[in-house]
Amino acid sequence: MGRLFHGYEPGDFFDEMFEAPGRVRPHYGQLLKRFEALSESEVERKYHLATQTFLNQGVTFTVYSDDQGTERIMPFDPIPRVIPHAEWEHIERGLIQRITALNLFLQDIYHEQRIVQEGIVPEEVVMTAKHFRPELIGCDVAQNTYIHICGSDLIRDRDGNYLVLEDNGRCPSGVSYVLANREVMKRVYPTLFAQHKVRPVGSYGQDLLNVLRFVAPRNCPTPEDPNVVLLTPGIYNSAYFEHSFLARSMGVEIVVGQDLVVKDNVVWMKTTKGLERVDVIYRRIDDDYLDPTVFRSDSMLGVPGLVNAYRDGNVSLANALGTGVADDKVMYYFVPRMVKFYLGEEPILPNVPTYLSMFDADRQYILEHIRELVIKSANESGGYGMLIGPHATAAEHEKFRQAIRADPRNYVGQPVISLSRSPSVCDGAIEGRHVDLRPYILCGEKITIIPGGLTRVALRKGSLVVNSSQGGGSKDTWVVDESDDSEPASDHVAC
Amino acid sequence: MLSRVADSLYWLARYIERAENHARILDVNLQVTLDSAANGTAAEGRDWQPILATFEDQKLFNSLYAVTNADSVCEFVTFAKENPASIWSCVSLARENARTVREYISSEMWERINELYLWLRSAGARDLQESSGIDFYRQIVDYSHQFHGTTDATLTHGEGWNFIQVGKFMERADSASRIVDLKYHILLPSNEPIGGNVDTVQWQAVLRSCSGLEAFRKSHPGQVTPWDVAEFIILHESFPRSIRFCVNAFDAALHRISGCDRAHFSNEAERASGRLCSELTYTGIAEIFQNGLHEYLDGIQVHLHDIGIAMHAAFCDWMESPEAALPTGPAPQTQRQGS
Repeated sequence: MGRLFHGYEPGDFFDEMFEAPGRVRPHYGQLLKRFEALSESEVERKYHLATQTFLNQGVTFTVYSDDQGTERIMPFDPIPRVIPHAEWEHIERGLIQRITALNLFLQDIYHEQRIVQEGIVPEEVVMTAKHFRPELIGCDVAQNTYIHICGSDLIRDRDGNYLVLEDNGRCPSGVSYVLANREVMKRVYPTLFAQHKVRPVGSYGQDLLNVLRFVAPRNCPTPEDPNVVLLTPGIYNSAYFEHSFLARSMGVEIVVGQDLVVKDNVVWMKTTKGLERVDVIYRRIDDDYLDPTVFRSDSMLGVPGLVNAYRDGNVSLANALGTGVADDKVMYYFVPRMVKFYLGEEPILPNVPTYLSMFDADRQYILEHIRELVIKSANESGGYGMLIGPHATAAEHEKFRQAIRADPRNYVGQPVISLSRSPSVCDGAIEGRHVDLRPYILCGEKITIIPGGLTRVALRKGSLVVNSSQGGGSKDTWVVDESDDSEPASDHVAC
Repeated sequence: MLSRVADSLYWLARYIERAENHARILDVNLQVTLDSAANGTAAEGRDWQPILATFEDQKLFNSLYAVTNADSVCEFVTFAKENPASIWSCVSLARENARTVREYISSEMWERINELYLWLRSAGARDLQESSGIDFYRQIVDYSHQFHGTTDATLTHGEGWNFIQVGKFMERADSASRIVDLKYHILLPSNEPIGGNVDTVQWQAVLRSCSGLEAFRKSHPGQVTPWDVAEFIILHESFPRSIRFCVNAFDAALHRISGCDRAHFSNEAERASGRLCSELTYTGIAEIFQNGLHEYLDGIQVHLHDIGIAMHAAFCDWMESPEAALPTGPAPQTQRQGS
């Protein structure tokens, strides 16, 4: 091995790149060679070039630590994560199965509730789910699709098995980083792409637009050419870059609440030439803030009357209202059962083993083993509301024990999974860091998944938390043909 | 296009142009004061005082600085976050508007603005301003030119581009009127011998602050008279920073937006801009001086302000009171102010 990876220690984890110290996995072979052809100073120079490119293009998220609203780039790690083709096909099949079941589940619980009647999912869990919207029972949505855009989080255990950690069926974010990372990689490390057939990700915008056009509402006056817009909370939202990026890739208007107005249950946008009808809204605002006349009345971001327009079939929302019920971490426990119930199949991608504190035996187990478990509250995200048992103090354990006893419905326990690691550049050296994977799934006429997705990396040494709000970064993620390694040398760039 | 987007594009262009014009004024004043080599604080104050008059915010300046000199005025007009008209504030506001219409403008346009914004915040920019102010201000002018050039070369010349043109030329006309007004005392014909050293420097400075010196020399070989300078900046037909040129340009852009021909108008903004256009076409410099140069320029500024208000009414009125814009007739998409 050359200098860059000299002394790299895979450690007692599943390492994405090395089987054992000094033994690279086959699908990483070419990449390793190319990387080692670079000098340390070149790696350093390219690192700064990449950072500057992100900054200049405004690929940033906003941190609210001071009144200026500092903009930061998500730390970018230049060593790509490589997924061999066969492995990806397995993931793809598993995700398609899972999202199909989730959409059938949502259609079911907002209509007949067969799954409750047949005792597969306890009624109590549905009724007490924070994001369940009983007021939408009986409301039909276009094409019976509820989750149009899904960003499930996958992790790998010590043996390299892919597990689903959570399904994000509300407003999953981060896809813009997938596209931006690829652009920057091609610009800064063009030679790394030689000899790899990396599957391109650039068609995401068009694919997303096709999905949105496919779900035109039933009363759309121009069903073959619906007017699609993207609704954002505005430029102060931390994901605004992404909203604008996606609107640009689709060529649709990006609107804020004040650009829209509802009359006679029809949604209009205010243009320089008067009002124009809106048919499909890709909304990046949570249910709670969408319509102050129905949900939170203090919301300044929403559009009064929007929910009635939606209920009347005059406008489609993506994702649909009420999908958050499937994001509940207690509901997650039942997803493998949904797969069996609706599809009659065994789940291809398993869940992380999960204990529900609402079940007496499980609760007993959680309370006794809290030091070894990860405890999550049912409806928090972004790494908040969570206890990592082995890293927490006795006082913190006790605090969670009390919380669990007080509100058993609201907590789950999971064993600590030692996430796989991937070599990452840390202060000039290359060290293993924990990663997860968020593929982006689109459900329209057919289900498509962007090849790869977002690999998030916990850059803080030893950390298992990959969220960008907690010091996480990201990597470009390549899905490649394994056979490429044996192909004769050619210098084409495959994207 | 969305009313909000039109509004943001218009202001984006205005703020970029405003930053450029402020940089021009400071650039020229730095050069002039080097030439006149003013001695003593009183003299320096005299050189820099008039700049503050253009921004009409003497009070704010006094609350922030004890003395009026090159350093304090340049700081106030360049970097002061407290000054809503400083170059810093203009660039920040331009970028904020650009961010809200990021999907509408081209990536290249965004990158120009963002580069300017990031550069202005860098230590390098401050160092340059302190060590070589003239280079610093020219750099800002360059960024602005790059932005407008990139805009013309990468953005569809449709409705949004036209709103950018309206904003750019409206701001430029306003700024030209202020620059002339600032120097009106030296542009007034007097009994002093024409072509005196100091005056020539000042007149040239006025021309230079709108990049007009070379163009002026081509059209006015021989003596530089204040009369000719004022005529050039206010009434020249084809010099791209003259008031007449700018008004003509935004009148054309307004008509392209509505699709109405230039001989007619379809909203109050077009009526007002058309009227100002005619006024500048058919008036003469003698008449302007006769009725008072300062009064004339004041009138132009009021007129520009009114056009801005009429534009808002024509294109964005429903932003604040959507109820007023709700369709009442059968064809809301084509609802438009009649003429």
